[in-house]
Amino acid sequence: MSSHPHAAAQDAADTHHGHSHGHEAGHGTFRGYMTGFVLSVILTAIPFWLVMSGIIESKALTAVLVMGLGAVQIIVHMVYFLHMNPRSEGGWTVMALIFTLVLVGILLSGSLWVMHHLNYNMMPMSPEVMKNMP
Amino acid sequence: MFSNPDLMKFIFGRLTLDSIPYHEPILVATFIGVMIGGIAVLGLITYYRFWGALWRDWVTSVDHKKIGIMYVILAIIMLVRGFSDAIMMRIQQAIAFGGNEGYLPPHHYDQIFTAHGVIMIFFVAMPFVTGLMNYVVPLQIGARDVSFPFLNNFSFWMTTAGAIIIMLSLFIGEFAKTGWLAYPPLSGIAYSPDVGVDYYIWGLQVAGIGTTLSGINLIATIVKMRAPGMTFMKMPVFTWTSLCTNVLIVASFPVLTAVLALLALDRYVGTNFFTNDLGGNPMMYVNLIWIWGHPEVYILILPAFGIFSEVVSTFSGKRLFGYTSMIYATCVIMILSYIVWLHHFFTMGSGASVNAFFGITTMIISIPTGAKMFNWLFTMYRGRIRFDVPMLWTVGFMVTFVIGGMTGVMLAIPPADFVLHNSLFLIAHFHNVIIGGVLFGMFAGLNYWFPKAFGFKLDPFWGKVSFWFWQIGFFVAFMPLYVLGLMGVTRRVSQFEDPSLQIWFVIAAIGAGLIALGIAAFFVQLFVSIRNREALRDLTGDPWDGRTLEWSTSSPPPEYNFAFTPVVHDLDCWYDMKKRGYKRPLGGFRPIHMPKNTGTGAILAAISIAFAFGMIWHIWWLAIISFVAMIAVAIGHTFNYNRDYYIPAETVTATENARTRLLAGQN
Amino acid sequence: MSKTRTHLATPETDVPEFYQTDEHHPEGSTMLGFWIYLMSDCLIFAVLFAVYGVLGRNYAAGPSPVDLFDLPLVAVNTAMLLFSSITYGFAMLWMEKGAKARTLGWLAVTGVFGAIFIALELYEFHHLIHEGAGPQRSAFLSSFFALVGTHGLHVTFGIVWLITLMVQVSKFGLTIENKRRLMCLSMFWHFLDVVWIGVFSFVYLMGVLG
Repeated sequence: MSSHPHAAAQDAADTHHGHSHGHEAGHGTFRGYMTGFVLSVILTAIPFWLVMSGIIESKALTAVLVMGLGAVQIIVHMVYFLHMNPRSEGGWTVMALIFTLVLVGILLSGSLWVMHHLNYNMMPMSPEVMKNMP
Repeated sequence: MFSNPDLMKFIFGRLTLDSIPYHEPILVATFIGVMIGGIAVLGLITYYRFWGALWRDWVTSVDHKKIGIMYVILAIIMLVRGFSDAIMMRIQQAIAFGGNEGYLPPHHYDQIFTAHGVIMIFFVAMPFVTGLMNYVVPLQIGARDVSFPFLNNFSFWMTTAGAIIIMLSLFIGEFAKTGWLAYPPLSGIAYSPDVGVDYYIWGLQVAGIGTTLSGINLIATIVKMRAPGMTFMKMPVFTWTSLCTNVLIVASFPVLTAVLALLALDRYVGTNFFTNDLGGNPMMYVNLIWIWGHPEVYILILPAFGIFSEVVSTFSGKRLFGYTSMIYATCVIMILSYIVWLHHFFTMGSGASVNAFFGITTMIISIPTGAKMFNWLFTMYRGRIRFDVPMLWTVGFMVTFVIGGMTGVMLAIPPADFVLHNSLFLIAHFHNVIIGGVLFGMFAGLNYWFPKAFGFKLDPFWGKVSFWFWQIGFFVAFMPLYVLGLMGVTRRVSQFEDPSLQIWFVIAAIGAGLIALGIAAFFVQLFVSIRNREALRDLTGDPWDGRTLEWSTSSPPPEYNFAFTPVVHDLDCWYDMKKRGYKRPLGGFRPIHMPKNTGTGAILAAISIAFAFGMIWHIWWLAIISFVAMIAVAIGHTFNYNRDYYIPAETVTATENARTRLLAGQN
Repeated sequence: MSKTRTHLATPETDVPEFYQTDEHHPEGSTMLGFWIYLMSDCLIFAVLFAVYGVLGRNYAAGPSPVDLFDLPLVAVNTAMLLFSSITYGFAMLWMEKGAKARTLGWLAVTGVFGAIFIALELYEFHHLIHEGAGPQRSAFLSSFFALVGTHGLHVTFGIVWLITLMVQVSKFGLTIENKRRLMCLSMFWHFLDVVWIGVFSFVYLMGVLG
C-alpha cells in the first residue's frame, strides 16, 4: 500500500513544466555509478569478512568497524546513487535529509535510553538472564 | 446455507447478527436518528437533482478551495459526534454517585471516552486544521493550487474514509474500550479480543495515510509554489506555521503508522512486540506512540498560532510585532516538540536522569510559546483594535491558553506529575490548551476566512453569542476538573463513591451544557448568515481590510485563484499593494493551466473502507479482493496521462469582467 | 521570470509591478515531494530499527541470531540488491540518452535481481518458520521479521511499480512524465538499498557478532 499510490499520485499540476526538470535533479554518469558500485562492493565485503572470519579478537571493535563502514557505505550510496548534493532542489533535499537524520537519531537513541532505564528500574537483571527468560 | 457454520464464517468472518447492538436502546435511538437524518439528506439531494453536481464539482474536485471546505465540513460533523460523547460522559459522571450506576454501563462508557478522544483529535482537530491550511495557504502564497492536486483529493477522501470506519463501529460491533491511545497489553488480543481495537487501528491507519500525504503535498506547495518575490521571510505567519506543522506531520505520522502496524501484527499474527510474555514489552508501545503523540499536539496548535497572528495583525491594523521572533519561535517549537515526549509517562519508571531531562525540555518549550504571547500583546498595544468575532476568539484564547500553559508547566515537573498524572487535573489541562488554543483558533479562522470562501460574512451577533457560551462554558466545565484532580480523582471512571465530589461534577455538566449552547449558537449563526447573505455580502473580496494575498482576489476566488500571478514586495504584501496604488488588471488575460478533476481518490478511499472492514471482521476474501482492487485502481490511474487542461482566455476575461462590473456597481 | 526579478530591484519611488503578465511557471515539485515521502518512509524504518534495538535481545529462551542467521545467504542477497542498484543506474543513463530499448532492458535486469532478492528472502523466512523460529516465537524474532519483512514488502512494491513503468515506457515511450516516474522509482530503489545497508549491518552482522 505504501509505495504505489504515491507513484500514481505524482504530477497533474506540473506535467507541462517538464522543461524545467533538466537542471533540478543531479544526474549520474557512468563513471559515477561505477565508482559508487566498486566502493559499495568493498564496503560491503569488509564487514562481512570481519564478522565471518572473526579476525579481530575484540567484538566491540568489530562492531564499531561494522557500523562505521555501514555509515560510510550509506554516504557512498547517497552521493553516487541518489546524487545528493547541497544544490539540488535549492538545498531542500539535503535539509530534509539532515532534519530526518536528526529525528532518526533522537528516535533511536531516545528509545534505547528510555527503555534501558525502564528495564533497569522494572526488573534489574543481567543480559544473560534476560536472553534466557521465557 | 445458514446451517453451515464454516461457510458462514468464511463469508462473514466474525460478523454475526449479535454484532448489531440492537439491545442497546441508546444506540438504537441514535441509529434511528442518523437514518432519518441520512434519508432526509439523500432525499434532498435527489429532490434538487444535486447528485451530478455533487460528484462533478465536489467529490472529484481537485480544487484546493473545495477540498478545504470539505475538510472543514467533515470536522464540524465530527465535532457534533465527539461532543455528544462528551456530554454523555458529563451527564453520567454527574449522576453516578453513591450506588447510582448512572445510565451508561461501564463497557459503554469506556467506548465513549475512547471514541471522544479519537474523534476530537483525529477527525475534528486534524481535518479542521488541514482544511484551513488547504484553503488558505495556496491563496496566501499566490499559487493556483497545491503541488499535487490529485493527491490532495485522495488525502481528503482517505481522512473521510477513516472517519467513516470509526463511525461504523457505532452500529456494527463496538469501539475500543482502551482510551484514545490504546495502550497494550489492554489493547492486545488477550485483553481486547473483540473488534473495537481493530476499528481503532484501521480507522487511524486509513486516515493516517491521508494525513501524511497531505503533509507532503503542503510542504512541496509552500517550498515550490510561492509567488515571485515571496522569500521565506516575507511569507505570511499562517503559511509559516503551516509549513512547520506539515513538517511535523510528515516527520511524526510515520511513527504512528509503524507503531499501530506493530500492534496490528500482535493482534493478527500473534507476534510479541507489546505482549507480556515471550520478551514483548508494552512500555515500548507507550514510548513510541508518544514520539508521535507529542509532535501531534504541536501539529494542532501551530496553525492556530498562525491564525491568531493573522487575526491580531489585521484587527489591530498593525504589522505583526516581532515577525522574525515569531518565525524563530515556531521553528524552535517544531524542533523541541521532538524531545519532550517522555513527559507523558514520567510515572512509568524511568530514572531521575531521564525524567529530569524531559522535564527540563518541557519547561524550555514553554519559552517560545510565551514569546509568541507577548508578540500578540505588543501587536495589540496602541493598535486600532476592532473587536469583530475573530478578534474576540483571539482574546479569549490569550486568556484561556495562558492558564492551560501554566498548568502544563506544573505537570512538567516530574514530582508534581507523580501526584497529578492520570487525574482529572490532566484532563482539565489538555482541554484547557486544546479547546482554548486549537478550537478557539479554528473558530477564529472560520469566522475570519468564511467571507473569503463564500462571499459573505458570518452573522456577528450569533457569532458573539457562540463565543460567550463557549468561553464561559469552558471555564464552568473545566475549572471543577482542576479542583477534582487536585483532590486525586482519576480519569476514565464511570461511577463514584464519595458523594461530596458530586457537586463539582454537576457544575462541570452545567458547563458542558453551556458549551452545547455555544455549538447550537454556531449552527444558528450559519443558518442566519446564509439566510441574510445578501445583507452580509462582501463584494470587495477584502472585508476586514486584510494584509495578506488571499484578500487581493475576489470572494469566493475564481477557480484559478489569481488571473495573474502576484509579485510580492513586502511582508504584508496586500497592505503594501493597497498603499502603493495597486490597480486590478483589466485585460490581457491568458489561458490558465489547471488540473482536471478525477474520481480516483474517492474510489480508492471507498475501496480502503471495504479493505478495513474485511480486516476488522476477519472477512479475508473481502480484504484480499479490495487490496488487489486498490492496487489495480492505483496502477490504472497512472495510465491516465491526460490530467490537465487550459481555461481559455475568454473564460478568464469573462470572469474578471463580471467582477469589474460588480465592483463598479458597488461604487 | 527574469523580467520580474529585475523589477524587484527597482527603487520604491515608482509603482512597482504587482503581478506578472506572462504565465508563471513554478518549478516542478515532484522530485522534492517524492524525496519528502522517502524521508517519511525512513522514519517508519527508524521505528522498526528502534524496536529491533530494544527488543532484539529478548530471545525468550529461544533461538538467537547466532543459531539462525546464515551469513553467506545474506551476502548473496546483499549482492543481488547491490547489482540491481547499479543496473538501475545503467537504465537511468540510457534513459537520459533517450535509448528506449536499452533502458527497458536494464530495467528488466534490475527487476530480475530484485525478484531473486525477494525469492531468497522468502526462502530464508520459510526456513526459519519451518525450524520453529517464526515471528511468534519471541520478541527478537517478531522485530526481526517486522524489519526485514517491511523492507521486503517495499522491494516487492518496487518490482510491481517497475513492471508498471516498463509497460508504460514501452507503450508511451520515454516521455517527460515517464522519465520523471523513472527518476522517482530510481530514488525509491536506491533508498531501499540504503535501508538494506542498515539491515545487514545492524541486524545480521551485529546479531551474529553476539
